[in-house]
Amino acid sequence: MSLADPIAPGGATPTRASVFWRRYRRNRAAVLGLVLLGGVLAMAALAGFYEPGNPLRRAAAPLIPPFTDLAVPLGTDQLGRDILAGILHGARISLLIGLVATLLSIGFGVLVGAVAGYFGGWVDDVLMRITEAFQTVPNFVLLLALVAILGSRIEYIVLAIAIVSWTAPARLARAEFMALRKREFVEAVRNLGVGHSSIIFREILPNALPPVIVYASVIMALAILLESALAFLGLGDPNYASWGNMIGQGRAVLRTDWYVAAIPGVAIVLTVLSFSLVGEGLNEALNPRQKKG
Amino acid sequence: MTILLYAIRRLVQAVPVVLLIMVGTFLLLHLAPGDIVDALVGDMGGADAAYIARLRAEYGLDEPVWVQLWIYMGKLLTFDFGWSFVHEQPVSVILFDRLGTTLLLMITSLSFAFSIGVALGAIAARRAYSLTDNIISTLGLIFYATPSFFLGLMFIVLFSVKLGWFPVGGVQTIGSFYTGWDRVIDIARHLVLPTASLSLIFLAFYLRLMRATVLEVAELDFVRTARAKGAAEGRLMIHHIMRNALLPVVTLFGLQFSTLLGGAVVVETIFSLPGLGQLAYQAVTQRDMNVLMGIVFLSSILVVVVNFLVDLLYARIDARIELT
Repeated sequence: MSLADPIAPGGATPTRASVFWRRYRRNRAAVLGLVLLGGVLAMAALAGFYEPGNPLRRAAAPLIPPFTDLAVPLGTDQLGRDILAGILHGARISLLIGLVATLLSIGFGVLVGAVAGYFGGWVDDVLMRITEAFQTVPNFVLLLALVAILGSRIEYIVLAIAIVSWTAPARLARAEFMALRKREFVEAVRNLGVGHSSIIFREILPNALPPVIVYASVIMALAILLESALAFLGLGDPNYASWGNMIGQGRAVLRTDWYVAAIPGVAIVLTVLSFSLVGEGLNEALNPRQKKG
Repeated sequence: MTILLYAIRRLVQAVPVVLLIMVGTFLLLHLAPGDIVDALVGDMGGADAAYIARLRAEYGLDEPVWVQLWIYMGKLLTFDFGWSFVHEQPVSVILFDRLGTTLLLMITSLSFAFSIGVALGAIAARRAYSLTDNIISTLGLIFYATPSFFLGLMFIVLFSVKLGWFPVGGVQTIGSFYTGWDRVIDIARHLVLPTASLSLIFLAFYLRLMRATVLEVAELDFVRTARAKGAAEGRLMIHHIMRNALLPVVTLFGLQFSTLLGGAVVVETIFSLPGLGQLAYQAVTQRDMNVLMGIVFLSSILVVVVNFLVDLLYARIDARIELT
């Protein structure tokens, strides 16, 4: 906390939310990220209004260029599917897959990291060797292997993405737990006879979470990229509109109608950009001491 | 002598990780539906139950799982990944045939990303908050968020289809039979677009980290001392700041290598480069599990080796690390 922070002891302290917002706002790029994120959420929300039915249905003549026909503002692909409908519904799928995979990987990673960091010793050794093994296997290669075994159902894809991305939150949580487990407040509750699981989840976890939550935005961006790469290769769930899949389909008409692949690509770039910018803003607002430059 | 001991210690530490990866690939192979006998019988067009049972016994599939795991690990140690029924060849032969292309793509991409990323990051930090810095940092942010497959496709549209500067795919011109330098130049032209699409995201990583660490190191006391003693800006930058700012970037280099290998899958598929990545994709679509698991294991070994080399390099450039 710097001297400029307007929290005076005893005086009228501003709420935590307003202090947080003031710090977040200092980073203009982070504010832009928030605006972009709002745009992506709006796209997902509007999907049902624009195209209540199946976004994969044939909507008009094939290969209408964008901005030429009001009925299909962003044009159609080679099968006559409305690109805007695909983009809006794709936003839903990307966010859904990203969110669930992030929750799963954070949940599992924090659990492993908490146990390893709290108990230390051989438990830590064993868990960290397993984490290292998962980190060593190239994550996209492991993802391919898992999808080859489990199949391309959307649930399995989410699970596979979580399996290849839990290691970073595990390491973060472990470092936090190792730093916190010897602190006085933990010793105090331990002397009161509180059990291990209670100390881990009720005492240490709330203090260890902030850096992990900031990192969640990175995992969210990675999960969206992994899913789109899978779908691009045609290994995604074919029953849902997905940006990666749209780009993969657009590859067939790349020479003549490159916009079919370009439009969903821009959607992916903006979505991933929004998450990394918001993550950076959160990091600076929550850990002001780490602010660089 | 100390560096040798250090190297041996690092190698010993890698052993449990490699063993765990072996167990992992074995488990994945077991989880996959169908085993080698199913594949054989399918190849023959069916067989009676007694014959199938005899085949299973012959391949050791009736043994307890522990024995099978032991045999499998012994085979992995000699890089024996079994037989590919799709390619009708031993898996190891196919893999080592493809390894060269992937390594070539890795080396060009990493060198490009590292050198340009470090240089741009240092320039951006020296002119922090200027127009140059803003342009470099914005480009870094955009590369950071762009998936390599999308970048690759857009490069093809711009540089191959519209401008015709570079070939669309492949590793050399088919039927050209170039030799000597002509062949090298031909391969280099084929590698420009794949290298660019694979490396830009990593270039962004290095750029951002380099900018942040140069800004941090430039504030430290020893830099102020050097400046007070009259060291010229150029010498200050190269001798005092860069050398220290490079350390975290080298660490990232090792950490990112596994991600880079994963990225090669998509890039090799787009540019039809006959490497391990393209093979991995084909193995998934053709359900060739032996090849896929061979790639999982071989690429992991590659990551272990690269991390080992990066550790040695790190110990070499950071004199503060004690090699005990």
